[in-house]
Amino acid sequence: MPTLSYHRPSSIAEVARLARDDPDAKLLAGGQSIIPSLKLGLLAPSALIDLGGLPELRGVRLEGRSLRIGAMTSHAEVANSPEVRKHVPALAHLAAGIGDRQVRNRGTIGGSLANSDPAADYPAAVLGLGAEIRTDRRAIPADSFFKGLFETALDPDEILTAVEFPLPERAAYVKFPQPASRFALVGVFVSLTGKSVRVAVTGAGPCAFRVAALEQALAKRFAPESLHDITMPADTLNADLHGSAEYRAHLIPVLTRRAVTQALA
Amino acid sequence: MSLQIRLHVNGNAVTADVSPDTLLVTFLREHQHLTGTHVGCDTASCGACTVLVDGIAVKSCNVLLAQVQGCQITTIEGITPADGSLHPMQAAFKACHGLQCGFCTPGMIMSAIDLVTHHEHASEAEIRAGLQGNLCRCTGYHNIVRAVMQAAPIMRGTQS
Repeated sequence: MPTLSYHRPSSIAEVARLARDDPDAKLLAGGQSIIPSLKLGLLAPSALIDLGGLPELRGVRLEGRSLRIGAMTSHAEVANSPEVRKHVPALAHLAAGIGDRQVRNRGTIGGSLANSDPAADYPAAVLGLGAEIRTDRRAIPADSFFKGLFETALDPDEILTAVEFPLPERAAYVKFPQPASRFALVGVFVSLTGKSVRVAVTGAGPCAFRVAALEQALAKRFAPESLHDITMPADTLNADLHGSAEYRAHLIPVLTRRAVTQALA
Repeated sequence: MSLQIRLHVNGNAVTADVSPDTLLVTFLREHQHLTGTHVGCDTASCGACTVLVDGIAVKSCNVLLAQVQGCQITTIEGITPADGSLHPMQAAFKACHGLQCGFCTPGMIMSAIDLVTHHEHASEAEIRAGLQGNLCRCTGYHNIVRAVMQAAPIMRGTQS
């Protein structure tokens, strides 16, 4: 690992100052993606700015009709949170399926979203629930947050502080895990709130995306049968040794049907 | 740049001056000479390096020492009672022959202790799922799961 500097600030203002003063520094959340990347030489920041000393970035709070989850809340904390389990059980289920127990104890929701790994689980929930990303300077709607492979709308020195999830009437997340890593080969998050249906897919493209054709069909009638005639084009999807683009395209409506069935259960 | 770190390892207060890129596992093995914590894959996949940080299982090859400033670290060396007898999880692994080559065993035991501590009544399926972060390349999973099931009631004090 390259030698670097390390900071552990105790206020958001200090994080912001350090990030502004050193454009080559990286924010460190749980470290479950950044530390392996440092070891592999995929990243060589000048410094790490550890957010671990900021307790105000941790925790889950119900605020009216939305659930606010602090950026430094671990996957295990989300999975076990009574508020999440009660109000958005699909989100607790998603968090309980990330990586393995040790990774869930360290990895954080903010770290996962800022990283925007194409096969990460959380982006599907953020997009599938129409959440809002809160930062030290603004609120970013989920629909304009994910920009591409490991690319988000965050400015280089911007600090993701929390995510606000509106409470859905029905929601479910179903993933087809890559068996070794349990990253999503394809994962689909569906939600129904009033007449609004959202279908968000992870694992299949450069970043998480919504599928208008599936949403429109489900908006007419929220039932698995509504999707029987729909096929997905494979031309823009990911292909790797675990699955071809055609295989991923096939999985999207299959997993969406399963998610709708679960959401209705 | 050197950082001064204070933490507790197996109950003992420790102070160290380290480079910021020092991994928790490197510190435990090379500075503290606690070589019971193993490095298997060094990519946060195999779980052989599992230790407890404030009672919660983490992969110590994927955590910087600086991140656990002020924390209580427990390694496999720190779980045995003062009289030198075995921890109930160790005793169960021995009784059930929950190991073959033994390389994954310290990580399995630390992970299993965390699992049973936080999930006292885990079913067999939940134990299997709970140990997904620990790989045994001898593939002796059946006896490992049996050992965890045997240790759980002893750890929660309902069976001696």
